[in-house]
Amino acid sequence: MIIVLLAFCSILPMFFILFFITRKGISVINWRFLTELPKPVGEIGGGISNAIIGTFMLIGIATAFSVPVGILAGIFLSENRKSRLASLTRLCVETLQGVPSIVIGIVAYLWLVVSMGSFSALSGGMALGLMMLPVIITATEETLKLIPESLKEASLGLGVSYPRTILKVILPAGVSGLVTGILLSIARVAGETAPLLFTAFGSPFMNVNILKPMNSLPLMIFNYATSPYPEWHTLAWGASFILIVFVLGLNLFTKVVTRRWKVQF
Amino acid sequence: MNHSRAEVLVLEPKTETMRWRKPALSESSFRKILSAAGAFVLLLLLAILLSLIIASLPAIRSFGIGFFFGSTWDPVRSEFGAFPFVLGTLATSFLALIISVIFSIPISIFLGEYSAQGPTATFIKSMIELLAGVPSVIYGFCGLFLLAPLVRILETKLGVAPYGVGIFAASLVLSIMIIPYSASIGREVISLVPSDLKEAAFSLGATRFEVIRKVILPYAGSGIVAGILLSLGRALGETMAVTMVIGNSNFIPKSIFSPANTLPSVIANEFTEATGSLYLASLIKLGLVLFIVTTLINLIGKLIIRRIGVRE
Repeated sequence: MIIVLLAFCSILPMFFILFFITRKGISVINWRFLTELPKPVGEIGGGISNAIIGTFMLIGIATAFSVPVGILAGIFLSENRKSRLASLTRLCVETLQGVPSIVIGIVAYLWLVVSMGSFSALSGGMALGLMMLPVIITATEETLKLIPESLKEASLGLGVSYPRTILKVILPAGVSGLVTGILLSIARVAGETAPLLFTAFGSPFMNVNILKPMNSLPLMIFNYATSPYPEWHTLAWGASFILIVFVLGLNLFTKVVTRRWKVQF
Repeated sequence: MNHSRAEVLVLEPKTETMRWRKPALSESSFRKILSAAGAFVLLLLLAILLSLIIASLPAIRSFGIGFFFGSTWDPVRSEFGAFPFVLGTLATSFLALIISVIFSIPISIFLGEYSAQGPTATFIKSMIELLAGVPSVIYGFCGLFLLAPLVRILETKLGVAPYGVGIFAASLVLSIMIIPYSASIGREVISLVPSDLKEAAFSLGATRFEVIRKVILPYAGSGIVAGILLSLGRALGETMAVTMVIGNSNFIPKSIFSPANTLPSVIANEFTEATGSLYLASLIKLGLVLFIVTTLINLIGKLIIRRIGVRE
């Protein structure tokens, strides 16, 4: 049947991508690859350590920006189903989710790079945080909506104050959904390049100062892949392997592990 | 029923006597914090829109709407006509949409109708979700090194200039990337078709294919269209994969195999090298238009989905 054939055909690209990245990338990975800085063109060797550290630091900044606000906004949306502010906020969350990543990069550039006068990891982290925010808010809202009202009413009926009910009873009951949302948004944002093109900008040096430009795995892959040097192309295959293992591994990990934490009602 | 500092009955841990005590954080200030978080998101979106508008004002004042019909993008002479990019964006997105629909509708039908449960369905569903999770640089990288040589061979056979990169290659890569979005919504909508409709058709002697064609697809039609709209919104804004495979030429593309640029790819390529405020403002104006168009398409798609009551 044509339908079945077409359905199975569409998965082929996935296999191709995984196969080629593994074949070309795995031969590049060794301890020196992971711990050295990139070398100038023409020299053999070199590694991606600054990109790996940079990716983690940018994710850290983005998480610090987006998780507190995101969870609070998600609680707000799940507690106020019908108010006008809530409907408007829901609309804004949906809009924010669909904004192209390069536009978010432009906005972060306008807000932080222009005012600070230089490219910085802070602006890159903020751009990534803006992209994580809608995912976290939606995940929080959906998780909390699934928790039965009776739990909240029981807690309130026992005399626990409203803030404490939400923070200490309801939130922990939904922790699996919240963590899923956060991990999935991290997986989404770890592979983003466009917002970082003119915020974190990338750098060939190791940098842990968030006020300076910082490299990240996707940025490095982009720069090396579009360069004319075959040695850099090989490095890019290795970096792609690491990135795709990280992102896909995080996706699978999220599905498998948080199922165990789920509180059943 | 909102007391400003509601008093709550609390059990004091040390003395174990019941006492009226004002809690550390009262209900109304907590609710205010929550509302502030919601309002923050609202203000964030407005601030994004305003920043884009303010930053592109120089270009809006100089060029106005004719910006999008001007066919020369020449930063040296300060001529900024965005028509090549509009054309590139429309060409890649719609071509990608057509190609992806050929695959995503069968996937939706397969998962929604034929095998909704079971190991095959779970396998295909996870594969589709993984497709959506692959970062776009990796799509672009594989497109550049794996797909472009194949397209080059095709172009040599056809007698066209063998760039390899261009609108055709970019559309192929883009189509793979947007399959998951229309496939998942399509699957949901198709699985929601009420079974008594289908069984009535079967009992009248329809074959399975006729049931799909005449009952399921018309019923789920608007949902499938909404899924396609959402994947179009995604295609319009996709930057990295397209930038790496589209050939980056600022001239009006002459054929499907010629290199071009899209709105996002020209921003990605030229933003860090934009000299002069008019250049930067023009690029930001492109970003503003991208923002408005993708928002409209996404909201229309989500409105249709909400109207027919499907959970994404």
